[in-house]
Amino acid sequence: MDWLGLYNYWVVVILMMAGFYIVIAQGNLVKKIVGLNIFQTSVFIFFISLAKLDGGSAPVYVEGITEYSNPLPHVLILTAIVVGVALTAMGLALVVRVHELYGSIEEDEIHEQDGSD
Amino acid sequence: MNQYTVLRVIAKIMIPVILLYGLYIQFHGEYSPGGGFQAGIIFAAGFVIYSLIYGLEKVQQAVPPVAVHVLAAFGVFLFIAFGIAGMLMGGDFLQYRVFMEDNHAAETLGIIGIELGVGITVATVAIALFYAFAGRERD
Amino acid sequence: MAIAIVRIRNLFAVTMLTGIYSLLAASLFVLLDAPDVALTEAAVGAGIAIILMLGTLALTTSEEKVHKKPQNLLALVVVFITGAGLIYGTLDMPHFGDPEAPAHQHVSPRYTQESVDEIGIPNMVTSVLASYRALDTLGEAVVIFVAMVGVIMVIGGGVKRRWRDRGRVLPDGKRDKP
Repeated sequence: MDWLGLYNYWVVVILMMAGFYIVIAQGNLVKKIVGLNIFQTSVFIFFISLAKLDGGSAPVYVEGITEYSNPLPHVLILTAIVVGVALTAMGLALVVRVHELYGSIEEDEIHEQDGSD
Repeated sequence: MNQYTVLRVIAKIMIPVILLYGLYIQFHGEYSPGGGFQAGIIFAAGFVIYSLIYGLEKVQQAVPPVAVHVLAAFGVFLFIAFGIAGMLMGGDFLQYRVFMEDNHAAETLGIIGIELGVGITVATVAIALFYAFAGRERD
Repeated sequence: MAIAIVRIRNLFAVTMLTGIYSLLAASLFVLLDAPDVALTEAAVGAGIAIILMLGTLALTTSEEKVHKKPQNLLALVVVFITGAGLIYGTLDMPHFGDPEAPAHQHVSPRYTQESVDEIGIPNMVTSVLASYRALDTLGEAVVIFVAMVGVIMVIGGGVKRRWRDRGRVLPDGKRDKP
């Protein structure tokens, strides 16, 4: 049962592939952004699970505890989450503009309009 | 949503608590989980809830968009100013040790300073994004 | 949860499920000893991101069109191949919570054992964030500021425009609209 200790990576891979599938297979632009969010969250879970230490505690100093999980990935992900939401907002703003120009947020309809011009 | 009395009353009670919690997260971030990022988002959430219930115009009267944009720039400026202050006092960029004799006090001062900068930036950016999306009219 | 998001066509339901997904991810972060990250994820993912998405849906449309597309199968195949490759890659990874893992060897002991003496505050995440790696945080603050500027340039800052379209300046110095 040696391989069972790797289950956290498999959860990450499954979530990542779900997000990836949405991004490449769905035509709706808002849904693509949701897919990117899922992908992103899977990366967050990957980093945080790397930081976890058996028998460790949350990285806030308490008298008498010597084992903590690694604070560095926590910092990286903390900033990544906020950057992620800023970029999500940027993407959504572009979607709003696309809807104003084309009247649609479906990828294939936009391609059709581009082709007919 | 002006006609929902329950929402209006609950919001009036909850919003000061949310803002206070945001400030607590901001300034207690050294001793418990928290810091500028979380505090900024929570603080912004208070304004967002208010505008969802009382309307965008009311909030924009209190906090005009221009002020939000200027404050966002000010947050980044505060951060960089703390970095440059370290340089002017003979250290490296973002080195806090030179602020005071006592290392711990100097580091804590620097950390509180840049966490404040981050908190202001995040809160105002979140409010500005909400203004941008909510203030746009469908055409 | 993620699969439901893939299948559901109504974008409002998708948005709500995304919020619940973020909240679940936040509770997972608590279990993995990362309270700071959990706090951020709960506030950001389940709060601001959802409100922005709802704002977008209000400005665009809330129903996704149903269409059968031939490349769905191709996409599925690509996804499965990539997933299989990634899972094969994980077989060499260190086990979950393994103290011998490379991630716990390099700078982590210094942060966990000495940062309290060096910085003097108990929350190691804050001391790494704001002192050891303050330059990263500065870059990050600049990134979200630039993202805000970008959004304002793309869709406007929510300010009602006071000036009207006054038209172009004609060669004789007048405008073609009053």
